[in-house]
Amino acid sequence: MHEDLQRINDTKDLQDLRERLKRERDKDKVRIRICMTGCRAHGAEEVMKAFEEEVEKRKLGVEIVATGCHGFCAQAPVLVVDPYGIFYGSVSPDDVPEIISETVEKGKPVERLLYTDPASGKTIRNARDVPFYKNQKKIVLRNCGEIDPTSILQYIERDGYAALAKALNEMDPEAVIGEIASSGLRGRGGAGFPTGRKWSFARAASGDPKYMVCNADEGDPGAFMDRAVLEGDPHTAIEGMTIAAYAIGASEGYVYVRAEYPIAVEHLKKALQDAQALGLLGENILGSGFSFRIKIKKGSGAFVCGEETALIASLEGRRGMPRPRPPFPVQSGVWGKPTCINNVETLANVAPIILNGGKWYSGIGTEKSKGTKVFALAGKVNNTGLVEVPMGITLKEVVFAVGGGIPDQRAFKAVLTGGPSGGCIPEDLLDLPVDYESLAKVGAIMGSGGMIVADDRTCMVDLSRFFMDFIQDESCGKCVPCRIGTKRMLEILIDVCNGRGTVEDLQVLEDLAYSIKDSALCGLGQTAPNPVLTTLKYFKDEYLAHIEQGTCPAKVCKALIQYRIIPDKCTGCGACLKVCPTAAITGEKKEVHDIAQEKCIKCGMCYSTCRFEAIEVV
Amino acid sequence: MSVQTSAIDISHLLERYPSHEGQEALMGLLQDIQEELGYLPVGALETVSSHLNIPLSHIYGVISFYSQFSLTPRGKNIIKMCMGTACHIRGGQMVLEEIRSYLGLDGKDTTDDRLFSLEVVRCLGTCFLAPVMMIGNKYYGKLTTAKVRKILKNYQD
Repeated sequence: MHEDLQRINDTKDLQDLRERLKRERDKDKVRIRICMTGCRAHGAEEVMKAFEEEVEKRKLGVEIVATGCHGFCAQAPVLVVDPYGIFYGSVSPDDVPEIISETVEKGKPVERLLYTDPASGKTIRNARDVPFYKNQKKIVLRNCGEIDPTSILQYIERDGYAALAKALNEMDPEAVIGEIASSGLRGRGGAGFPTGRKWSFARAASGDPKYMVCNADEGDPGAFMDRAVLEGDPHTAIEGMTIAAYAIGASEGYVYVRAEYPIAVEHLKKALQDAQALGLLGENILGSGFSFRIKIKKGSGAFVCGEETALIASLEGRRGMPRPRPPFPVQSGVWGKPTCINNVETLANVAPIILNGGKWYSGIGTEKSKGTKVFALAGKVNNTGLVEVPMGITLKEVVFAVGGGIPDQRAFKAVLTGGPSGGCIPEDLLDLPVDYESLAKVGAIMGSGGMIVADDRTCMVDLSRFFMDFIQDESCGKCVPCRIGTKRMLEILIDVCNGRGTVEDLQVLEDLAYSIKDSALCGLGQTAPNPVLTTLKYFKDEYLAHIEQGTCPAKVCKALIQYRIIPDKCTGCGACLKVCPTAAITGEKKEVHDIAQEKCIKCGMCYSTCRFEAIEVV
Repeated sequence: MSVQTSAIDISHLLERYPSHEGQEALMGLLQDIQEELGYLPVGALETVSSHLNIPLSHIYGVISFYSQFSLTPRGKNIIKMCMGTACHIRGGQMVLEEIRSYLGLDGKDTTDDRLFSLEVVRCLGTCFLAPVMMIGNKYYGKLTTAKVRKILKNYQD
């Protein structure tokens, strides 16, 4: 979006601009908000184009806004038609003329495109009544899906940069730190270090210049919270960073962002340019005398770079390998200077806390975990997407009330938090409240926010092997416990998956896990054994089934399963026979087929091709 | 050496990164070169080395550390097969094996006809499409072994 931007000289200018923007907003005008980030993968661009053409054709005064993520990715592409607040999911370009005729022109919903509540079978008109949204509380994602992320004016209209103006004008740096400390905000990157304390260490450290770094290297597979914030509301991260820089006395900033997130990088670049043009970033911000500059640095595909000392090495153009701490980055970080590193989600909380006060924020959540947490809900769950819930909500509420439970009437098995560093939490612990301490107590971690649901067709041994394989790939190789220890763990897990494991192996696996936890250099290695330890603790019977009975209860591990044709269901259509890459399937047309087990490579082609459910896995 | 001998002209990219930035500019410059050329030819790296005054050995160390850099030419269509957790538990491994076997990759990552390069990536952040892959900038979601074959065949035709 192109906007005519003139430099804002002081707080009053900013306030005037905001009031004018609010005044000029026609609240009755029809506004169609379409997700143009994650939903692009499901054809949102075509839908948007269809709207633009139809609106042009009918000469309608409608505002079409390309927004960030609305969260409900399972329904992609999604859109909301204001002022009615009508929510539509799975929209195709063919639906557009009807939406225009009915909703835009008459204010009526198109019944077939509304969300149907699976529990009652009734359609729901308004987004806020959809169960997926009803149980959420949005602070971090307050603007995602509401505004055009490429428009700084829309951000300002929704009180954007008001917190920065307040901090610069009315608060000294200590007061800003005090407010953040009293809010109880803790690092959302996973470890949960109190943000206020980190800032006060950085402020107290001596060295010039100081650096403020935003960690957007979201490498945890299955997590896309930071991506959503940067794509859908980049200014909130920039405003949070600038306030942090003011608090700690930093003049230079970096955003270290994954290169796999091209839309996030594009939106961030635009946001930085616009903030600079308006004088909300750069020299003498809002006439306060405070100056702060931000550069973007793109990562290049290394999970370990999320670890702060590795991130610093990467920022400096070196191999991203961690180093022992202390000294901590707040004392000696980028180029040996004091450096404060905060995660995107942490920074997105800063502006609301400054505006509403630490006391307001600490009123949300539990005793030690304040505020909300954003989770990327995925795996075997109906409502995959992005959810923001208050701390202290139970896992059961997240998976079932917000997430809508397990698809295909399958049985819930486990929920995984914290990705490769986290743990698998079984069904009998589902009443656990989501907070840093409770999750740690059962061997998992809060992590950055990936939450993957597993059902009875997920093999926990195979899943542990998957995570260990990931760790082996991503281990930087600097310290022996991580480089070699996880390799040995992986070998044992592969053996168990292939039916070659022994009961003694499990003891070795556990011993290795504890040694690595105690002796690895950085967080990657220290947490790497968590998935194995939790699955050994809660799902040991599955390990034993592989070892003692030679079976994979979830029917996942290839060495232990067979594909068979169910004679009663086979119609002899020949579809499986045609796709089988090893010609293992034989049979005449219209006669029951057969799979030669010695030729079968268990690729699953026949299984996914058969239209008669005539192939079973045993 | 070899600003002159290098057959590949990257001078317009060098302009974005002044020499005095040195090591700090390295990753950005390598990323820009790879984006434009699809890989990092040795000739270009020699130019980078003398421009930023960084030993070639250091540059090689950086390139070999980060999975996104490639020293060999890539195929026309880059397949990014997601192997994140959600894709894994929804059967991504089977799809990946099917891609490998269908394209006859057998340990390589680029097909002999240079039509495809296969990259295994850790999470594309579109877990609702799991298992998912990208070919170029296009997403293909909810893949099965049968579906992925059809998609690849379309690119071959």
